[in-house]
Amino acid sequence: MLSDFIMRAALAGVGTAIAAGFLGSFVVWRRMAYFGDATAHAAVLGVAIALGFQVSILGSVGVVAVLMAVGLWALTGRGFAADTVLGVLSHGALALGLLAVALVPSARVDLDTYLFGDVLTVSKTDLAVIWGGAAVVVGVLAWRWSRMLTATVSPDLAYAAGIDPRREQLILTLLLAGVVAVSIKVVGALLITALLIIPAAAARNLSRTPEAMAVIAVVCGIVAALGGVGLSFTLDTQAGPSIVCTAAALFVLSLLRRRA
Amino acid sequence: MSLLTAQNIHVRHGAATVLHNVSFAIQKGEIVTIVGPNGSGKSTLLRTLIGALQPTSGQVVRKAGLKIGYVPQKLHVDATMPMTVRRFLDLPTRVTDAEAEAALTRTGVVGIGTRPLDGLSGGQFQRVLLARAILSSPDILMLDEATQGLDQPGSAAFYQLIEDLRDSLGCAVLMVSHELHVVMSASDRVICLNGHVCCEGTPEVVSAAPEYRQLFGTGTKGALALYRHDHDHGHDHDHPHCHHEDAH
Repeated sequence: MLSDFIMRAALAGVGTAIAAGFLGSFVVWRRMAYFGDATAHAAVLGVAIALGFQVSILGSVGVVAVLMAVGLWALTGRGFAADTVLGVLSHGALALGLLAVALVPSARVDLDTYLFGDVLTVSKTDLAVIWGGAAVVVGVLAWRWSRMLTATVSPDLAYAAGIDPRREQLILTLLLAGVVAVSIKVVGALLITALLIIPAAAARNLSRTPEAMAVIAVVCGIVAALGGVGLSFTLDTQAGPSIVCTAAALFVLSLLRRRA
Repeated sequence: MSLLTAQNIHVRHGAATVLHNVSFAIQKGEIVTIVGPNGSGKSTLLRTLIGALQPTSGQVVRKAGLKIGYVPQKLHVDATMPMTVRRFLDLPTRVTDAEAEAALTRTGVVGIGTRPLDGLSGGQFQRVLLARAILSSPDILMLDEATQGLDQPGSAAFYQLIEDLRDSLGCAVLMVSHELHVVMSASDRVICLNGHVCCEGTPEVVSAAPEYRQLFGTGTKGALALYRHDHDHGHDHDHPHCHHEDAH
């Protein structure tokens, strides 16, 4: 019989992997990796604010991540978000967050949890947040899948069909902020983007249609999450790096079965 | 009533005004071709008509419920996205296998449904784009430099196909092209664009118009002048408005 906390850790990992797997495919197709980084790094600032002002970490992280995501979305609309600008925002937000946390006297102990994840300490409330968030992400993606896919293949095809690609991009951006907020405790801010990208990249090598890729990405993510939790438990390593290493190993395996 | 109307539109790209005071209308069943030199705003006009660009003044009016079948100049599906021909035909609305196969048959590329999009030749790809566009039973087909990369017999066959589709679907067709010598014969009406509408009318009227001659050459044999022009300026695809796909 598995102990309670391992069970919770596994469930948290699986919930996160489901949300990240579906959304991660869009992140890969739209080359939003840097977008994901900037949003996740901004979350560290959210953690600092929550610790400093004694407010809910989830709420604070959510608000900061959404603000960063919407800000980036507005910038891309004006043709700004070149790699450089994103790099400045992403690393600027991370540095600012780390600085802010350092200024909060009681916070040092907690920081590792949010940078690298601590899946073995998730509570039942955390679980509810993760699965609730995953349900919203998957629900919205399923609802708008065809419109988002069309807008991703070609904004002009979308316009001609009466779809507003900017709106679809905004929704994807908000979902990204949501995934960051709910998965920060599982993988940590520094490696959230890896959980979005690596399972999708592995799935690309095994699939012929976008839907197959998204589903395989979810499966890879789940395997990586369970493997990572096991690794974290047996070797007493941090959860985020353990999950991401497992995902990277799956990616290497996927190269052996690569399809055109 | 016209299917699609532009009323005195002005469109800007950054600081430059690309279209000045352009008015345009297209009727059911009509084949209209927009011709013009590099940078004349042909693609900009088409993208404004589909709603991808907003005019700074003037307005675009679509008939209520107008369905547009758009064939872009270029479509680059990111290599990270696996996409078969069959799945592509489902964008944005799912179609049945029978409908998909019928559309591919109609555009002359039957049986390639299972192939990945990035493995197609240029000509096959154009026909797949066209098949996708006709699957929505469009009121108007819009094609932006649809025959780029095809050789001359290939593009002649493509324009013949467009004409056949117009006849069988009863839709209007709006094309942008630089292949004047081929396009002229297939069009009911030609609009010569150079930031504004220089002249407009049947192919015969336009090719005889002084404004047109001034833009496209002054040779006494119109067709020959056009032909030569076309080869002298074979870099139309480097024109800055042609790479919107990459910009997103």
